[in-house]
Amino acid sequence: MSDKIIGSTRVKRGMAQMQKGGVIMDVVNAEQARIAEAAGAVAVMALERVPSDIRKAGGVARMANPTIIEEVMNAVSIPVMAKARIGHISEARILEAMGVDYIDESEVLTPADEEFHLLKSEYIVPFVCGCRDLGEALRRIGEGASMLRTKGEPGTGNIVEAVRHIRKVNSQIAVLSAKSDDELMTFARDIGAPYELVKEVKELGSLPVVNFAAGGVATPADAALMMSLGADGVFVGSGIFKSESPEKFARAIVQATTNYEDYVLLAEISKDLGEPMKGIEISHLGEAERMQERGW
Amino acid sequence: MVSMSKTIGVLDLQGAVSEHIRALETLGVQAVAVRKSEDFDNLDGLIIPGGESTAIGRLIREQKLEERLRSFYSSGKAIFGTCAGLILCSTDESHETDDLRLGFIDMEVERNGFGRQVASFETSLDFKGILQPVEAVFIRAPYIQSVGANAKILASYDDKIVAAEQGNVLVTAHHPELTEDYAVLNYFLNKVS
Repeated sequence: MSDKIIGSTRVKRGMAQMQKGGVIMDVVNAEQARIAEAAGAVAVMALERVPSDIRKAGGVARMANPTIIEEVMNAVSIPVMAKARIGHISEARILEAMGVDYIDESEVLTPADEEFHLLKSEYIVPFVCGCRDLGEALRRIGEGASMLRTKGEPGTGNIVEAVRHIRKVNSQIAVLSAKSDDELMTFARDIGAPYELVKEVKELGSLPVVNFAAGGVATPADAALMMSLGADGVFVGSGIFKSESPEKFARAIVQATTNYEDYVLLAEISKDLGEPMKGIEISHLGEAERMQERGW
Repeated sequence: MVSMSKTIGVLDLQGAVSEHIRALETLGVQAVAVRKSEDFDNLDGLIIPGGESTAIGRLIREQKLEERLRSFYSSGKAIFGTCAGLILCSTDESHETDDLRLGFIDMEVERNGFGRQVASFETSLDFKGILQPVEAVFIRAPYIQSVGANAKILASYDDKIVAAEQGNVLVTAHHPELTEDYAVLNYFLNKVS
């Protein structure tokens, strides 16, 4: 038997590549996880509360109770993700030890460290992190993130911030691609990104990892919008289980993500869904309530 | 040598589609993303990519592609399933749900047979019909528990079957499309008439 390598970059990034074109759904128990799997989710995010409930509950939001995560892991055969607080080494190591398939170092939870993110390259388990611009994206990849997502504004059911973030990243990649090589160091300095990764993005013409949409997806049309703006797939947090009929919303969002340019079909699957989650206008959120400002 | 005239479809519902298209184009083969029934019409072969087999199976049904896949298979065209594609090509009936199984190869499959993501790995793999060991990336990979009399085992790892063929259908539990090693893809392209 030849050498066996675990936790390599290829193995960690490859896991996210297998999720492309799919929908990852937030769930808080086994029953929701089974609904998500049956609807065609490519993974579930096991949580104690979905983001909109985290907003309501207030206080400190932490890693979910391992009992809930284990319950979800036992309920479904698709991958199970879980969230650790930004910079919380021990929460991340606990999730890794439990065999969680992917960790989201997430601004939805209350940060544990206001200066440093996790050194994600040190772990066997892959990580996904949020980003609002190319500099933030490349800092997270530099730390070892194997997958990115927009931050959006979680728990609002308002897509405007996720749109802003994916457009920003993609327009910065377009600007970078047009630069000559002697401009790259200054560009790297200006966006606060590692030089080597700036060079790599210029060569590839894209990020070296998968980039999903997250934070505010509430309807099939929202999912389709993010795909048409270049997202590789979609995270849906509160949008499914805070809607009037979660099964229907889950199935419709999966179909919309695959068929994001088939507008006749999108019209069809958007009928008779019932009410989506109630949204929040971003300008009504106080500075302290904006989760996207967490992370550095 | 691979002929320039071949056109290979990659089932484009969910998963690692662009990786297969990149690999095919690197070898000078025309690659087409397949999403609708009519997309199958001018193909010489089809790749069913890795992804989540439950999600892809569900989308095959919702897009009403199951019959077209079966007729494509019946016409003797070559099919290559990687990871989730392997599961979908199997006859496996051990699962509890109504997940789709196309039965293109007579084999029983253990989904996530190598464990969860933290157990995912890469290695070099001896592959029947290919001289050098191939670069193999296994991601929450299934393995083949047993094959029928008409199926041929092509590779095993840790005493578990990870690649097989039957007629014009090839399946691997690993992901050649995540590597720059094109030996397995060339092996498949040689099946394409």
